[in-house]
Amino acid sequence: MVQSAQLEQHTIIALVEDKPGVLTRVSSMFRRRGFNIASLAVGRSEKPGLSRMTFVVNGDLPTVQQVTRQLDKLIDVIQVSYISTHQVVARELALIKVTTTPSSRVEIMQFAELFDASIVDVSPTSVVIEITGGQQKVNALEDLLRPFGITEMVRTGLVAMVRGQDSGMDAENLGVPISGNGTLQMDSGI
Amino acid sequence: MKLSGAEIVCESLLKEGVEIVFGLPGGAVLPLYGAMAKYPQLRHVLVRHEQAASMAADGYARATGRVGVCFATSGPGATNLVTGIATAQMDSVPLVAITGQVPRGAIGRDAFQETDVTGITLPITKHNFLVMEVEDVAPAIKEAFHIARTGRPGPVLVDIPKDVLQDLRTEFIWPDKPNLPGYHPPGEAPMKQVAGAAQLINQAKQPVIMAGHGVLISQAYHELIELAEKAQIPVITTLLGITSIPTDHVLNMGMPGMHGMAYNNLAIDQADLLIALGMRFDDRVTGRLRDFAPNAQVVHIDVDASELDKNVKATVPVVGDLKKVLNQLIPLVQPNVHIDWHRRLDQLKAEHPSLYIRESEELLPQYVLNRLSEVAGGDCIVVTGVGQHQMWAAQHCTFKEPNTLITSGGLGSMGYEVPAALGARMGRPDKTVWSVAGDGGFQMTMCDLATAVENKVDIKFAILNNQSLGMVKQMQDVFYNKEYYAVEYSGNPDFVKLAAAYGIDGMRVTRKEEVDDAVRHAMEVSGPVIIDFVVKADEQVYPWIPAGASVHEMIEVQPASGGPY
Repeated sequence: MVQSAQLEQHTIIALVEDKPGVLTRVSSMFRRRGFNIASLAVGRSEKPGLSRMTFVVNGDLPTVQQVTRQLDKLIDVIQVSYISTHQVVARELALIKVTTTPSSRVEIMQFAELFDASIVDVSPTSVVIEITGGQQKVNALEDLLRPFGITEMVRTGLVAMVRGQDSGMDAENLGVPISGNGTLQMDSGI
Repeated sequence: MKLSGAEIVCESLLKEGVEIVFGLPGGAVLPLYGAMAKYPQLRHVLVRHEQAASMAADGYARATGRVGVCFATSGPGATNLVTGIATAQMDSVPLVAITGQVPRGAIGRDAFQETDVTGITLPITKHNFLVMEVEDVAPAIKEAFHIARTGRPGPVLVDIPKDVLQDLRTEFIWPDKPNLPGYHPPGEAPMKQVAGAAQLINQAKQPVIMAGHGVLISQAYHELIELAEKAQIPVITTLLGITSIPTDHVLNMGMPGMHGMAYNNLAIDQADLLIALGMRFDDRVTGRLRDFAPNAQVVHIDVDASELDKNVKATVPVVGDLKKVLNQLIPLVQPNVHIDWHRRLDQLKAEHPSLYIRESEELLPQYVLNRLSEVAGGDCIVVTGVGQHQMWAAQHCTFKEPNTLITSGGLGSMGYEVPAALGARMGRPDKTVWSVAGDGGFQMTMCDLATAVENKVDIKFAILNNQSLGMVKQMQDVFYNKEYYAVEYSGNPDFVKLAAAYGIDGMRVTRKEEVDDAVRHAMEVSGPVIIDFVVKADEQVYPWIPAGASVHEMIEVQPASGGPY
C-alpha cells in the first residue's frame, strides 16, 4: 500500500540468511512497493549464517504492516519483528568531519565532550568526531556542529534491540502473530 | 557414480516427477541438452521462441496443477522467458525455469550472451537461485520445486553457469527435504480467526462469497460449494476463479469488476459481508477502492499474509491454506437461506441482464463464443489471450470443471493464448483445448503453431478477428474522443492460408449460420485447426466500469452510436 508517508517512524528487525543477494532482494522489495526506508543497518547476528537487519521505516501503521508482511514473504527472511511498541535500546554511530579554525576548535571539542563523543582525527583545519547514541542525540550534535561547517558526515543508521529478557522474537510477548512464510509478529492493534 | 551438473539436473527433474519440459537450446545451456539426450523419460518440446516455453509451461501447470518446467539459454534466451515468468508470478502459477549462464569465470565481464537473469527476474519470481557449485544443483532444484508448488505458488528460476553444468565431480545426492529455514507455508489457521470469520458469516444478512484463483490452487472447490450451499450464499468468481464453481450452479453469479456482470457489482455494493476466498482484490475487481463495497465487512482468507489489508481492509483476516481453513470454518457456519437477499439479487439480475446478446445479422463476437461453448459442450479447456475476446469468453463461455479456463489475468499478457494452449493440451490430452484469440495477440506468438504441428498437439484456434486491437480501440473510442491511433491492423495475414502454410485445417467464418458447423467440424478433425471468425469490428465489451471508477459510473450497454446493445 503506497500512501503518503506521515512522519511516523517505525523500527523493524529482520533475521535473514547471510547469502549473496539478500540485501538486493530486500531493497528491491522496498523500492518496487514504494516503501520509504529512513535507515537500514545490516550485520552479523549471534547465529552463524544469519544476519540481522534493522529498518527504520517512514509511514503510517497500515503501510508498516504491509512492509513487515512483504519482508516476511521473502524466502531468505527468517523472522520479522516490529519493535516500535517495545522498550528498546536503539543506537547509531556517526562520523562527522567539521571545519575548524583556531578560534572555533575549543568550542567544537567542548560540544563533543558534552555529547560523550570522541575526537578521532585532528588536522590543522578540521576534526572528525565520532558519536554513538540514539537518533535524537546524534541529530542534536549534528545541528550544533552545522554552523561551524560540516564537510563530511556518515551515519550508520539505527541498530536496535528489545530491552530485558525479551528477544523481540517471541510471539507470546508480541501480540497476535499472523504467520506467513516465516514467523511474523505484529501487535494485534496494528 | 559421478554425474555432471547437467545430469544432476535431469536426475532431479525425474525425482520431481517431471515428464515434459518446454525449451530452446543455446550455447550456455548446451551441456544440459547434451544430458537430456540420455533421459528419454524427460520429453523436451522444442519451441520457436522462449516466450512460448515459459507460457507453455504456465499453461501446462494451470491445466494439470503440476509444476511447469522450461529451459532457456543465457542472455536473450533467458530474457525471452521473462514475460511468461511475470505472467506466472502475477497469477500464482507454479513454474520452474532453468537457464544456462555463462561460465563462472566470465560472469560479470559482459561475456557473450551474458545477462544478470537472477537480477532481472528478482521482482517477478517467487524466488530464484544462481547455482555456483555443482554440489548445490540438486538442493537448489529440490528447493525450487518446493517453493514453486507450495503456499502461494509462483515461478522459481534456477540459473546455472555452463561450467557448473559440465562439472563432473560429485554423485547425485537427492536431499530428503528442502533446507529453507525462512519458508513455512501456512496450513490451518488459528481457531480464533476462524471463529471470528464464522461469527461474521452467521450474522450476515446480505453476504457474498468472492472466490478467486486460490480456490483452484488449494483444490477447495468442494468446500467452496459446501460453504455456499450450507448458508445459501451467492458466489461471485474473479476472472481466475471462474471455474472454481460450475457456471450452472444455482448460487454462481459469475464475474464482477470492470467487465463483470452489472448485478454482481451492485450485489457487492449492497452486500453487508464479503467472504473473500483466495483472491486479492485486484483493481479490475474493485475499481475505486474508496467506493468499493461501502456497506460490507470483510472476511479475507488467503495463504499469503501480505494480501490481507493490502487493498481492502479485512474485518477478520485469516491466513491459511484455503481448503484447510474452509474445513475448519464450515462446521461453525449455521445453515441459512437468506431469502430476502436472494429475492433482491434476482431482482438485480432481472433489471440488469448483462449477458443478453442482442439480435443481429452481423457476426457478433459474443455470439461466436456463446455458440462455441455450447457446441463444444462446456467441458473443453478454453485458453484465452488478453483483451475483448478474453472478457467475452469470461462472460459467455460456460464451464463445468475446475481449471478449464486458462487466461492471463494479473499481467494481462497478449499472445498467451497460443503457447498456453500448447502446454494445456500437452498436460491434458484427454481434453479438447480451444485457444480463443484476438488477431492481435495471435500474431504475437503464432510462430509456435509450428511447435503444435511438429508435436502433433491438437489445439483448436478460434481467432476473433476484428483487424484491430479491439480493447485499446474501445478505450480510445470512449476516453480519447474516437481518435484512433495505432490500433488498426490492415496487413493481417490470411489466417486460412496461414493454416495451409503450416499444413493444418483452416476455415473462415463470416456469417452466424456458419458458426456451429465450423466449431463442430474443428472438433471432428484430428489435429490443429484455425477458424478465422471475421467478427463485427467495432463491437465493444460491456458492462464497463472505467479504470479507477466505481459501480456508480458503470456503463451497462454500448451507447446508441455503437448499437442498441
